[in-house]
Amino acid sequence: MTDELNSPGYDIPPEMDGQVAITTLDKVYNWSRRNSIWPMMFGLACCGIEMICAATSRFDFSRFGMEVMRPSPRQSDLMIVSGTVTKKMIPQIVRLYNQMPEPKYVLAMGACASGGGPFKEGYSVVDGVDKFIPVDVYVPGCPPTPQALLHGLITLQKKIDMQSIKNVRWYSKDPVEAIPIPVLGPDLMDPREFELIKEYSAEKQVEEGELPVVDEA
Amino acid sequence: MSEEVLVEQKSELEERFPDISRDERKGYAGFIVPPEKIVEFATGLRDEFGYDFLSSVTGVDYLPEDQMEVVYHAYKTTGGPELVYKVQVPRDNPVVPSLTPFFPGADLQEREAWDLVGIRFEGHPNLKRVLTWEGFEGHPLQKDWQEPFYEEDGKPFKSRWPGGDVIRSEDNNPFNKNVDYPEGFDPALWEPVGESAVYAGVGRLDHAVSETALSTDQIVVNLGPQHPSTHGVFRMVVRLEGETVVDLEPVMGYLHRNHEKIGERNTFLMNIPFTDRLDYFNSMSNNFGYVLAVEKLMGTKPPERAEYLRVMMAELTRIVNHLAAIGFLLNDLGAFFTPLLYAFEERELILDIFEAVSGSRMMCNYYRFAGMARDLPEGVFEQVKSFVLDRLPRKIDDLDTFLTNNEIIRARTIGIGVLTAEQAITHSAVGPVLRASGVPYDIRRADPYGIYDRFEFDVAVRYHGDIYDRYLIRLDEIRQSIRILEQVIRDMPEGPIQEGKPQYQVRVPPGEAYGRVEGPKGELGFYVVSNGKPNPWRYHVRAPSFINLTPLGVMGKNYMIADVVTILGSIDIVLGETDR
Amino acid sequence: MADFYGKGLLKGLGITFKHFVNTYLEDIRWLSRGQRRYYTEEGLESRRSTDAKGIFTVQYPDEKLPVPEEFRFIPFLIYEVNEEGEQQDRCTSCGICAKVCPPQCIWIERTNDPDTGRPVPEPKEFYIDVDICMNCGLCAEYCPFDAIKMDHDYEISVYNRLEKNIYDKERLSRPVEYYASIRPTNYNREEAARAEAEAKKAARKAARKKQD
Repeated sequence: MTDELNSPGYDIPPEMDGQVAITTLDKVYNWSRRNSIWPMMFGLACCGIEMICAATSRFDFSRFGMEVMRPSPRQSDLMIVSGTVTKKMIPQIVRLYNQMPEPKYVLAMGACASGGGPFKEGYSVVDGVDKFIPVDVYVPGCPPTPQALLHGLITLQKKIDMQSIKNVRWYSKDPVEAIPIPVLGPDLMDPREFELIKEYSAEKQVEEGELPVVDEA
Repeated sequence: MSEEVLVEQKSELEERFPDISRDERKGYAGFIVPPEKIVEFATGLRDEFGYDFLSSVTGVDYLPEDQMEVVYHAYKTTGGPELVYKVQVPRDNPVVPSLTPFFPGADLQEREAWDLVGIRFEGHPNLKRVLTWEGFEGHPLQKDWQEPFYEEDGKPFKSRWPGGDVIRSEDNNPFNKNVDYPEGFDPALWEPVGESAVYAGVGRLDHAVSETALSTDQIVVNLGPQHPSTHGVFRMVVRLEGETVVDLEPVMGYLHRNHEKIGERNTFLMNIPFTDRLDYFNSMSNNFGYVLAVEKLMGTKPPERAEYLRVMMAELTRIVNHLAAIGFLLNDLGAFFTPLLYAFEERELILDIFEAVSGSRMMCNYYRFAGMARDLPEGVFEQVKSFVLDRLPRKIDDLDTFLTNNEIIRARTIGIGVLTAEQAITHSAVGPVLRASGVPYDIRRADPYGIYDRFEFDVAVRYHGDIYDRYLIRLDEIRQSIRILEQVIRDMPEGPIQEGKPQYQVRVPPGEAYGRVEGPKGELGFYVVSNGKPNPWRYHVRAPSFINLTPLGVMGKNYMIADVVTILGSIDIVLGETDR
Repeated sequence: MADFYGKGLLKGLGITFKHFVNTYLEDIRWLSRGQRRYYTEEGLESRRSTDAKGIFTVQYPDEKLPVPEEFRFIPFLIYEVNEEGEQQDRCTSCGICAKVCPPQCIWIERTNDPDTGRPVPEPKEFYIDVDICMNCGLCAEYCPFDAIKMDHDYEISVYNRLEKNIYDKERLSRPVEYYASIRPTNYNREEAARAEAEAKKAARKAARKKQD
């Protein structure tokens, strides 16, 4: 641990070696953040069980400072999207994401959360949670074993290590916009796409409406 | 029950109900009942012939014949094979009288048939969509309904080989998403109806006047879909009077993954790994049920060693499930995590066995038609032996001492969430829920499949029907499973594990079959209709976690809200199976 | 002894206490034998055996739970290196894996001979969409040429799925030695079967020659 923190890139004079430590604020900041990621207690499907396994005694992700799984989004830093995201569930997931305080991270666990998985072809499955919320790490597998999830969490820690206070989004001046919550209509509707949907549906009507006219002619 | 008795009973039935006719299509069985007679037939069957358990109700869309069919499976709780009866209705106006007023267990299943197949049940008190949402366009299991990512009616898709140029399906979609909208649709004019419909469900009761002087307003509270106590993405809408639950409505479909629609596109073999993902705690017994159904159609049987392997895996899976169920139940009671950790340690050791045998901890994909995927690798049999004979009994006793006589657990569970035997039967409850209410019905005994008739074991039964009994019965069942496993280990023969050559394109003759197993959660049934093509025409799962939710309202009413959480835990649902 | 209120509770707590003490007893037992319980193979083996006691944790990533031979994750393609040092795919692009794949996540492009226009037994491209793959292992099970197998590598988390998660032929290919190292039993069985088939073929050829 000390090695990680004590390599700021400045030379320490030999006579001071072992007596002082120089580090950067970024390093301390990232180190403390990445060793206290609190995931949200939120299982969706099969992968949720493997996530619980990762929390139980054999794999025990409290070794990484993640022991406190919070049932409330207000107290959590990491959303592990563990399982198939359905159209009926995505409004709630987006709402939960909006409720999480910055800094927040999203880990898509398993094929379903990443890209729809084996159920992608179906009518009520969202083809990847990243269509609605930004995802930081994708863990492939169906389901990823608890060790694969732990590897994903370590990958996330590495990502946190690469961030800098100077340009992280939660300290930037512009307010972070909440993601609009999708609406359940005849199919799932993203409020940002209402215009597009209207346009496309009208186009489709014209296309299909034209056919009989051609027949008459 | 012997064949002759069945034939005799059939002619008796025909005498009693002259309007019914036998289903004479090739490969089909049972009776066809005219729609207007269905209520009379079903209740008569129950009252005069002893078929008191209406297990499964499902719809089938026969597009080429231009008709829809509702298929019912009924049983006697004293045991014996099923009786199938069907109602046929025209496709353009599919209306069938509802059986829900007479068999409350049909409630959710009729709602599902309305939701997915589009059959209207007249007289149903609450005919709403259950797996999709109110306002969803169309009924997805109708054969001419197509989803946004539709490619072909059956797999394998032609685009994959030989000219397979990889493309993500969303790249072909104008919204770059898995969505599609009806023509001329304007989202600005759309008014969501889903939520109000849900709340209308619990609003059925009038504002009750409190008998005590202290009167409070009733409030409606949502538990879930994101709630630590709901075992996944399940949602309960409860109406509370103070802390007491006055009315309760389960809302589901938050994990509806189109299992049946995809299943009808898959070839028969492809469905095996998909069944793993139904009840993801028990992939082995899901495989078992599906494989049985297809084997019934094909008329094949696995060799002796495979039969033993099947029982071995199914019983290990039952232990896994019950351990997890007990752990989660204690979580719900507030014993946060310690009992679960202890249960999961044993579960991990069983998962190690599954991983060595099948390659995956949870998604085993181990059963094949007329056989198994592969034989036990070296050393695994000894592993099972030492685990089951040596460690497990000791650990179960530990768990027993740890929990059973704990005063807090007893205070929280005894006499709470009572379901009487009669209610359990009319609500089609199955598995531990049914047996904890004093009905000794276990398919392994009542209608043995595989080689279960060879083993000595007792059907666990408890008589109070409360949470405590539902907890105890799981411990009992683990002990019975260990007993069965001991016999399996003793008698396991050597030999082949696959009948004939393993094939990736099995030929399944036309017909219907219903394969059912006593899964850890209860009767898990697969209704498969084949028309001779590589893909099943209809593939329906009779999911125990789904139907066991029907009596939740009965169990939960008039208890405290904290008790409702435990009552749900004691049913032991898995959302992958509930919503499919 | 008469039952008193709280007896069940105390007995239950006894179990947790036993569980707690066991860890330290085991530690002392290992120490007294002069063996290390953590970060060693024997230690890990004892913690996952049927007489595991006390602490149960595997210290991933410092020690990893060994995966059994049948373990399956993402499929990979096997190539062999021939005498000229060229990579030769075992795959003949027959398409059985693509046909048997339940979620249809395999795309195969067949090579056509530029002169004759007829297919040659080697895939031009082979794609697997990892975001769809369900790790079921049916492709490996039904491949008649033992060309596609299930990998053991599960440490494949990425930051960007759109760029990384469609595996092409290059990403999927692994030498046959790798396969032999992760699945020795299967490999030896297959090789024996192959040698037997070849011996039979040679014998048949020899017999035919004799006849002539």
